[in-house]
Amino acid sequence: MAKIKISKNAASIDMTAMCDVAFLLLTFFILTATAKTPEALPVTTPASTVEVKLPDTGLVMLTIGKSDGKDKVFFGMKDRDVRAKTLELMAAKYKLSFTPEETAQFALIDEFGVPIQALKQIIAMKAADRNKEGLQPGIPLDSLDNQLKDWIYTARQANIELGNDKELDFAIKGDAKQEYPNIKKIMDILQDQKINSFNLVTGARGKDF
Amino acid sequence: MAELNTGDGGGKKGGGKVRSKKQNSKVDLTAMVDLAFLLITFFMLTTSLSKPKSMDLGLPDKEDDPNKKIEMKTDQRRTLTVILGANDQIKWFHGLLEAPEPNGKPQTTGYGKEGIRKELLSRVASVPQVTGEKDKGLIVIIKPTKKSTYKNLVDILDEMAICKVPTNAIVNDFSPEENKLAEELNKSAE
Repeated sequence: MAKIKISKNAASIDMTAMCDVAFLLLTFFILTATAKTPEALPVTTPASTVEVKLPDTGLVMLTIGKSDGKDKVFFGMKDRDVRAKTLELMAAKYKLSFTPEETAQFALIDEFGVPIQALKQIIAMKAADRNKEGLQPGIPLDSLDNQLKDWIYTARQANIELGNDKELDFAIKGDAKQEYPNIKKIMDILQDQKINSFNLVTGARGKDF
Repeated sequence: MAELNTGDGGGKKGGGKVRSKKQNSKVDLTAMVDLAFLLITFFMLTTSLSKPKSMDLGLPDKEDDPNKKIEMKTDQRRTLTVILGANDQIKWFHGLLEAPEPNGKPQTTGYGKEGIRKELLSRVASVPQVTGEKDKGLIVIIKPTKKSTYKNLVDILDEMAICKVPTNAIVNDFSPEENKLAEELNKSAE
């Protein structure tokens, strides 16, 4: 009679396949990764079913949100060379001067929301300190001191002077709870410069809306 | 390891058989898998996979000179006016306010498939039949009040895209009668 062998269960499992899959996924995530950048003014965008992607370059983002109980507008340019050139032109306009180091540092800032007179302090800060809530008061946009208008205008000017063929695109990233007049104000500033077409940044929405 | 083996072999020549140690071909992968999953988790959490979507909005040229304003006459059978009020409420009417189209009297409704969408869809289909020309479809006039939010504006623009409304316009001027409607709507929402 042949003995019935009870096969002993191996204490260790073969992990080769698991390891392969794990590293495959890892490679995928590393390659597709674009690091999340901390937002200077966090907003919750409203959802929509439209799925047009925002361009990666040649874009100016106007963020409208509320922090500290005040409505604020932040200004952000996507391209670093446009940022540097815009600062240069803005400095000339407001009779301020920025050192080359400050300009280089400014080119690394994604978004800011201070009057240009206070921009030096923001540039001098560490990146982590800049995004503290309530630190940046927003860009002035009332009729007496409409710096937002100048930023938009000079950014477009800088874009042309840099020799880019494509005009800058403008995107409005508003908080869902913002009241319409605030958004209207920004649209009016854009329309005053004959920018009649722009993007509204939205999130994705489920199909059963 | 190699030195240790040769040393052993040399010492016991006359004794028992020289056993070459079998090298275990399996490597313990547990630590490696642990590490890989840790990194996967890290990358999944720190990356933003979904890029923000956007909605294109085109507005007509702004006319600064109020005297130059051209009064555009549109067929009243084609216009549907939507007033966006506070608390996600909508007041809409079809045609002229004083002489609305059939079933087009001012009504209050909400957003989404149970709200304004039904009306929009039925009118997108019916208006070209009423006018008798295919390219003369529905025109939706969006009038956001001061109490409405940005979300409301995006929602109604989204409805335009969903219902494939041929023409829509955002208008900020209110006639006195429309103003009254808007005020009523905002008051009822409070």
